[in-house]
Amino acid sequence: MTLASARTAALPDISGYSIVPQRHWKRWLAVAVIGLLLAGLARAFAVGQIEWDYVARFFTAQTILSGLFNTVVMSIGAMALGIALGITAAVMRMSPNPVLQGVAIGYAWLFRGTPVILQLLLWFNLALIFPTIGFGEWSWRTVDVMTPAVAALLGLGINQGAYTSEVMRAGMLSVDQGQYEAAKAIGMTRMKSLRRIVFPQAMRVIIPPLGNEFIGMIKLTSLASVIQFAEILHSAQNIYYANSRVIELLIVAAIWYLLIVTILTPGQMLLERRFARGAGGSR
Amino acid sequence: MSQPPIPPPLVSIVDVHKHFGSFHALKGVSLDVMPGEVMCIIGASGSGKTTLLRCINQLVEIDRGAIWVDGELTGFRIDGGRLHHLTEAEIARQRLATGMVFQRFNLFPHMTALENIMEGPVQVQRRRRDEVAGEARALLARVGLADKENAYPANLSGGQQQRVAIARALAMKPKLMLFDEPTSALDPELVGEVLAAMKELAASGMTMIVVTHELGFAREVADRVVYMDGGLIVEAGSAAELLNTPREARTKAFLSAVLS
Repeated sequence: MTLASARTAALPDISGYSIVPQRHWKRWLAVAVIGLLLAGLARAFAVGQIEWDYVARFFTAQTILSGLFNTVVMSIGAMALGIALGITAAVMRMSPNPVLQGVAIGYAWLFRGTPVILQLLLWFNLALIFPTIGFGEWSWRTVDVMTPAVAALLGLGINQGAYTSEVMRAGMLSVDQGQYEAAKAIGMTRMKSLRRIVFPQAMRVIIPPLGNEFIGMIKLTSLASVIQFAEILHSAQNIYYANSRVIELLIVAAIWYLLIVTILTPGQMLLERRFARGAGGSR
Repeated sequence: MSQPPIPPPLVSIVDVHKHFGSFHALKGVSLDVMPGEVMCIIGASGSGKTTLLRCINQLVEIDRGAIWVDGELTGFRIDGGRLHHLTEAEIARQRLATGMVFQRFNLFPHMTALENIMEGPVQVQRRRRDEVAGEARALLARVGLADKENAYPANLSGGQQQRVAIARALAMKPKLMLFDEPTSALDPELVGEVLAAMKELAASGMTMIVVTHELGFAREVADRVVYMDGGLIVEAGSAAELLNTPREARTKAFLSAVLS
């Protein structure tokens, strides 16, 4: 090479040498330490006082399965209510009407500012404030209407709406202002442009945190056990009050929670792909 | 031999003012645009030309004055000697008379080129899908993109996106087309294809108001050129008059700065 200087020629020629593979001794040390800890943990649970056959026996018990059903249905119902309220509150918050804005801000303040377990207790005990609800002919005793399921749905759903409204608002803010203008320019009203143009695009931003919230909701339903709603944790407790197998039944409930959440994750990925239409892509 | 009667202007802008906070963007602009006329508005950024355009289809609400489009006062209803604000739905209906093409295209990214064009006629005008699809394909062919109907905006070049945006505006069958610096966001080699589509549209007799920096386009296509500065119309005239023999010192200064 003509570009090589006279000085380069003085350096040793290493072109025939091979490279010695790197030794990742720190990784192996980490494997050893973690392996030891896991082995100790496994041994502790093996010799600990857990009757694993109880776990297996109660895993598909009738009470547990109906509790599982209630957990899933309540999660879906409360989330649906939360999304409906969240969209409404976000649209109100983003509207030019200052009264609607104020109502939306007040809603988020009230329900994000109090513990959800307190809200559940309030809904469940609504009869103490209003013994009957309705007007004139159409009146019912509140205790008949406010069953544990209704109180749980209202408490969890309305609380969820306050959080979901912020997720929805972030989604709406993520859509370029030019999209709102283009929608107006072809004669769309605000509501139509939100439905046809803004929300379909906002979904890409909304779905990941909403999936997160849904997973949170599945576990949040366990709080409804305090108002006697028969979800899976409440069912497990009912069984262990009778047979005193506390840990075994808690493990049963834990495994079911893990299973539901595990099933949900690929579902979220499918939804994300559905709403990624037109995004990025190659020329 | 009697002269044919002069038709009323399609757009009448009368003493329009607009403030953004303390910034006085339009300081009393008056302008008529005749049916079939192609008008180019030129001027430095901040001169108020884009604001004026956006006032015409009510993306910006005016503070004072009046804008009439196709014989209708925009934004207000006259009743008992007083002006009443139109509802959002009535404003949306008035906007159907104008089509708008934006600097940044603003195509709907979650829809294909064809769906972008069909969205207004189907969702706003409630027209039949199959009938609209035929028209939309014809419009795509008119702007030279017959083979791109299933492409998403992300897979189109800037010039192609802007031509789809022109087709989307035309699909509403507007009486007036507004262009807000339609070639300013384009790579230089893509400007020509968009200007060609606009020239074809001008030749078809469409009334057009074009805010632009393309003086060559203005010279070739515009019936009238308006120069704006500081929220006012400084000078208006035929393309040849205004671009070759400007009267006002400010116009001369702007043109020499742009052309040098």
